[in-house]
Amino acid sequence: MSALALRLRGVVKAFGPLVAVNGLDLEVPEGTCVGLLGPNGAGKSTTMRMLTAQSIADSGEIEVLGHRLPGESKSARALMGVVPQLDNLDTTLTVEQNLVVFSHLYRIRRGERRAAIERALDIANLADRRASRVDKLSGGMRRRLLIARALVHRPRLVLMDEPTVGLDPQVRQEIWALIDALRAEGVSILMSTHYIEEAERLADTVTIVSHGTAVATGPPAELVSEHAGAEAREVYGPPARLAEVEAQAQDAGLRTRRTGTSVALLGLERATGPIPDGEHRPTNLEDVFVLLTGEEIS
Amino acid sequence: MTTTPVPAPRLRRLEVPALRGVLVREVINFSSYWRSTTVSSTIEPTIYLLAFGFGFGSLVATVQGLDYVEFVGTGTVATAVMFASVFATMFGTFVKREYQRTYDAILAAPVDTEELVTGEVLWVAARAGVYGTAPLLVAMAFGLDPAWGMLTVPLIGFATGFGWAAFGVLVSAILKSIDHFSYVTSMVITPVFLVAGTYFPLDGLPTWAQVAGHFNPLFHCAFGWQGWADAGHVAAILAFGAVMWRLAIWRSRMRLIN
Repeated sequence: MSALALRLRGVVKAFGPLVAVNGLDLEVPEGTCVGLLGPNGAGKSTTMRMLTAQSIADSGEIEVLGHRLPGESKSARALMGVVPQLDNLDTTLTVEQNLVVFSHLYRIRRGERRAAIERALDIANLADRRASRVDKLSGGMRRRLLIARALVHRPRLVLMDEPTVGLDPQVRQEIWALIDALRAEGVSILMSTHYIEEAERLADTVTIVSHGTAVATGPPAELVSEHAGAEAREVYGPPARLAEVEAQAQDAGLRTRRTGTSVALLGLERATGPIPDGEHRPTNLEDVFVLLTGEEIS
Repeated sequence: MTTTPVPAPRLRRLEVPALRGVLVREVINFSSYWRSTTVSSTIEPTIYLLAFGFGFGSLVATVQGLDYVEFVGTGTVATAVMFASVFATMFGTFVKREYQRTYDAILAAPVDTEELVTGEVLWVAARAGVYGTAPLLVAMAFGLDPAWGMLTVPLIGFATGFGWAAFGVLVSAILKSIDHFSYVTSMVITPVFLVAGTYFPLDGLPTWAQVAGHFNPLFHCAFGWQGWADAGHVAAILAFGAVMWRLAIWRSRMRLIN
């Protein structure tokens, strides 16, 4: 079994009557990217805040790079980088000034500071915008700067909270390439997201969370195979027809899920009876996500 | 299975590198807004000084044995320090916490709430100590005699500014909305600013107001500048600063860490 960068055991966090995290178990093996996948309100951001001790767990164990939290969180934070969901850059400062500030906050030695900032600028491909004020940057550049800021001290572990939320597809691909390069360098990454494609492309392992609990963990392909089978069929029609299709599929021993405009019949290879005609496609992580976290918006 | 230990220095409370990090951020940011802050922090008390100095000064020759310009000059310095510190932290820390989310970023680094609050308060106190000298220079131009004791003004301004800056952080950490700051401005700042022996002596006020005035940190600050500062006044300023500092950290931690 590989060494772990991060481990949560039975972590519980409630805010009054609302239980945001409910007995969560989570592991990030060293040098891997783990996707924390869940719908809005599943407890992903609370989990991220607990890992920097900005939120304190009511019970359970959290350990990061050998440091028990919250008691040793300061030492753990010195070894981690955090990319927040909400942009919290200093907008009236330049790109470089933002990095200078964090080179001090992360205690980089004076003689190493300049090289660290140059390296971070290169990683984020922002060297030619170093003198630009942040409020003059595009959304994608600002997100790249947030990542550069988190990497300025060469962290062993990076926490990314919804790193591409709100970005257009081209910028999202840029960020994915950056994350992939980090993973190739051996940096451990915990990335929360509700974008299925993001988790599918980047994560070595995915933990699906629902209502603060991990409901499934494994490599994306294994999760798909285990929970949704290999083949799916999409059947379109009016609501009454979709209800009939669902009933027929259940009679044939298949699991189904609504996509909004159609019903997806999952794991066709497991069918024990006739099934309606429709469009074939491979099953995917979204099928698993909806099966495990529910079709209704909570 | 436990996680792989990574060698790291054992980090303690109130470390210099963390304070330096917070201060560096403030100093770099200051380069982008120093003009507006400097204008508001120096012009406003100067206007007070001129208005009171010429206005009341034409009616009142001396107060408590001092020329009125001397009396009001020192009071204006005290007021300038309070305004430059309390409003900077009240609004500044609220905006950084609630709107800019700056504190989320800083607390994700190896910086604790105690270091964050202390760094913010030290920076604002240093600024207030410097800005507090502006009305003093203006008062000199209008007849205040220079004295060696005035060299202590930035230091006493820093100590007083530390307390008021911490008070501002405390208010910001307690109140839920920035709109509620007007309650504090009306019901705390304004009485404190007026009932402090700054623009008129406490002697003429009702007894209860005189007693209350002696518990006003600004009263001790204003007296300090008039050359009557004794250990008691300085101790009162330092005690106010120490209490506000700890309260500001306590309430900020409640607000930032949940």
